[in-house]
Amino acid sequence: MSPDGNSAPAHAPAHAPGHGGGAHPAQEGPRGVAAPGTVHVSHDHHELGFLRKYVFSVDHKVIAIQFMLTGLFFLVLGGLFAMAIRHQVAWPWKPIPGLSVLFPDTGGVISPEFYTMLFTMHGTIMIFFVIIPLLTGAFGNFLIPLMVGAPDMAFPKLNMFGYWAMIPAIFFALLGFFVEGGAAAAGWTAYPTLSTIATAAPGSLTGQTWWLMALTWVGVSSMMGAVNYVTTIFKMRAPGMTMMRMPLSIWGLLIAALLQLFALPVLTAASILQLLDRTLHTGFFTPSNLLVNATRPELLSNAGAALDGASGGHPLLWQHLFWFYSHPAVYIMVLPAMGFASDILSTHARKPVFGYKPMVYSMSAIAGLGFIVWGHHMFTSGMNPALGMSFMVATIMIALPSAVKVFNWIGTLWGSRIHLNSAMLNALAFVAMFIIGGLSGIWMAATPVDIYIHDTYIVVAHFHYVVFAGSVFAIWAAIYHWFPKMFGRQMNETLGKVHFIGSFVFTNGVFYMMHQIGLAGLMRRTADPYTYATYAHLQESNELITLCAFALFVWQIFFVINFFHSMFWGKRVGRNPWRANSLEWEAPSPPGHGNFDRELAVYRGPYEYGSPEVSEDYLPQTRKLGDGAARPAQAHAHH
Amino acid sequence: MSFLNPSNGAWSILALLVALLLVLVTFVKFTRLWTVILIALLPILGVWTFVKAPEWGLWFPKDVSTHGAGMDSLFNLILWMVAITFVLTEVGLVWCVFRYHDKVPGKSLFTHGSHKLEMIWTAIPAVALLVIAFAQIGTFKQIKFEDHWPTGGPYSKDKPIAHVIAYQFAWLMRYPDANGSFDSVDVIESPFDFVVPVDTDIMFQLKSRDVLHSFFLPNLRLKQDAVPGMTIPMWFQATEVGEYDLICAELCGWGHYKMAGRLIVKSKPDYEKWLADKRAALKSNGTADLEAAE
Repeated sequence: MSPDGNSAPAHAPAHAPGHGGGAHPAQEGPRGVAAPGTVHVSHDHHELGFLRKYVFSVDHKVIAIQFMLTGLFFLVLGGLFAMAIRHQVAWPWKPIPGLSVLFPDTGGVISPEFYTMLFTMHGTIMIFFVIIPLLTGAFGNFLIPLMVGAPDMAFPKLNMFGYWAMIPAIFFALLGFFVEGGAAAAGWTAYPTLSTIATAAPGSLTGQTWWLMALTWVGVSSMMGAVNYVTTIFKMRAPGMTMMRMPLSIWGLLIAALLQLFALPVLTAASILQLLDRTLHTGFFTPSNLLVNATRPELLSNAGAALDGASGGHPLLWQHLFWFYSHPAVYIMVLPAMGFASDILSTHARKPVFGYKPMVYSMSAIAGLGFIVWGHHMFTSGMNPALGMSFMVATIMIALPSAVKVFNWIGTLWGSRIHLNSAMLNALAFVAMFIIGGLSGIWMAATPVDIYIHDTYIVVAHFHYVVFAGSVFAIWAAIYHWFPKMFGRQMNETLGKVHFIGSFVFTNGVFYMMHQIGLAGLMRRTADPYTYATYAHLQESNELITLCAFALFVWQIFFVINFFHSMFWGKRVGRNPWRANSLEWEAPSPPGHGNFDRELAVYRGPYEYGSPEVSEDYLPQTRKLGDGAARPAQAHAHH
Repeated sequence: MSFLNPSNGAWSILALLVALLLVLVTFVKFTRLWTVILIALLPILGVWTFVKAPEWGLWFPKDVSTHGAGMDSLFNLILWMVAITFVLTEVGLVWCVFRYHDKVPGKSLFTHGSHKLEMIWTAIPAVALLVIAFAQIGTFKQIKFEDHWPTGGPYSKDKPIAHVIAYQFAWLMRYPDANGSFDSVDVIESPFDFVVPVDTDIMFQLKSRDVLHSFFLPNLRLKQDAVPGMTIPMWFQATEVGEYDLICAELCGWGHYKMAGRLIVKSKPDYEKWLADKRAALKSNGTADLEAAE
């Protein structure tokens, strides 16, 4: 079926009264209360207590906001870690002003041990506690029922459990800093044997164990979410909402959830194996006969006569298992962002998404290929080089669907009418900078080049352009765009623009130069690069990058002010402030329990902006046109 | 990075800050103009930085290997392809923001896509990507595939010049005794310094005692993880006499940053002399610690 096919749904209920034309955005339903007599309202509406309503809520919208506030809090914490990392790289072993409170014995100087913990926890927090919870936990939860026209998630209690599984995860992740030896220090990739042998690093005493516990609980949370998202999207769409009429945000979230479902069990199994290696001294990832810190590690296979010969496990096994999840995780972190960007570009450019089907196919291709490219993290790992070749080909080809998506975004903007509000600016910046992140990946896929640039700052530049300049800008765009639906109020445009301009300038200030210092050979995770003559001349560039990073961090104050101020005192808006087409704008702002106060029937795809069939420049998915009007559109629909 | 130099750069930084402030106060009023300029600055500054980078010293370190040429030319091939795509897509984006704003009368162009365009912009990148995929195979094989390694030199996989052993946070190069045996008290141990003859195919074995490390020679474009439990054969040929950084490139613990070794490339006679001197010093008392060695 064409996404803009105008055929009436098979089980379409009679179209809701008072539902046509330009008058409808002005209609404001009673806030928080669903109108009686609609099919979707099956919940009883006795007033819930504060705890049930805001803390142990089963409402997908409340859970979404819980995920969002948690994610934003950890964004600040992970950002602070990044600032400390940048300070150390620019001015190694110089005290950080004000940090002497935390480190009285060093006078505010970061110790090399603490530096390894900083970047380990920066990566862990940003990936598992910020990007994934914000994209799938916050927006996945908020948007999926609203955009497919469902009253809530398929399993609301499971959904609540999904958020509450984050609490032990957070506890364990932070606990590391308060145990002997400190937090995990083996990098967010936790490569054995640094991670499995207690004597290999201070953070491997017990911090690494808590890190693994945290990872397992995050996995439980993601899994609960993914099960819910997939079920809701497959089983609870409103009448007429065919798969090919779903907004691309929903496609992105669906594909990300499928990736979680298939890849996450592998990581969970791997982290349990690593837990066994650490606690019961099994040897899944630890070869016997090692000599760490002048001691033989405690290992079952080292007992007795087994001291000679290479027995025991293999460190590369962990790398395979870890990247089998963590490479798809990169796409979990970007596919929903791509979906949001598509929706936001189309809505604020007042033009249909260019090539809806190619967009869906390329997202699916990214997800499919995403399962067979994990080995490109291991070109220099000691893996069989012939295997490297096959991973290389798959990796090179995954650039293709990403390129198709970029071309389609530009196609969407071509001939459009762009409204440059905060949401649109951030979505444009997402496209502009995702291009950089995507293109630099080609160097990494080229195996001989990767031998040189593997683990250098050019890799750091690459994945920050994808995950920060890409996903985080898309998250900002999504917050500006859907904030009115979440809180019934709009964010301040002036503050939004001020936030955008500084973030855009400083983001590039931080990450662009990393390409060049990476080419000069600078390795990541190096506490004091200037130990090496090769890096001695890179300090100036690192200072510039660090100054930009500080500015970028401080600049976020504009976002924080805007977010919380607008939540309580922002401009009130009606149901559909952006004059958008998709279903969430049919619900009151904010939607009450059960979401919709009238029956929904979907007649077309979500991107009919600028349609010649109506006088306005938008045509909501639910609006039924007369038969006469529908016919010319049929011809038009088959491009 | 001359503009950052404090002697002449303070004014540049001040100018940058003033410019930023100017953008800031006028951005809200002139959003479209500034958005066009800012997105346009991405490819302009982006390309400019890459052009100027070699001048600033922010480019590959000097190549003194036989591996480097193939790798560097592959990098440059991709650089050109990437640069062209980067500029074209950003220009398209800038043009859209510049041209198609909300003051233009009428509705936007009502189109859902074009099959023809999709075919074109799938096929062209596909061909370009296949070119990249095939262009790299030769170089990778030469570096990594044992059956493509040069033969006929003094060293081979089974007769390596040395075993390179990584451990927290040091490098130990073990050269075989005069009979070619590594299982001997007369093994020559050279901590941190990997001494090799110039213009010779150097084959060596890489090992780790404890955790992952990575053997990285920036000037020879060579990097390989050292994996506990594995013995990994490697080869390179240095083309210039000199001393080069040997860097640990895989996180190996708190001292990762200071696990600095050296590659010392000597002329062939100098290398033979160094080896002979080491042997002579050992003659009386072999010192190699066999138990902890590898």
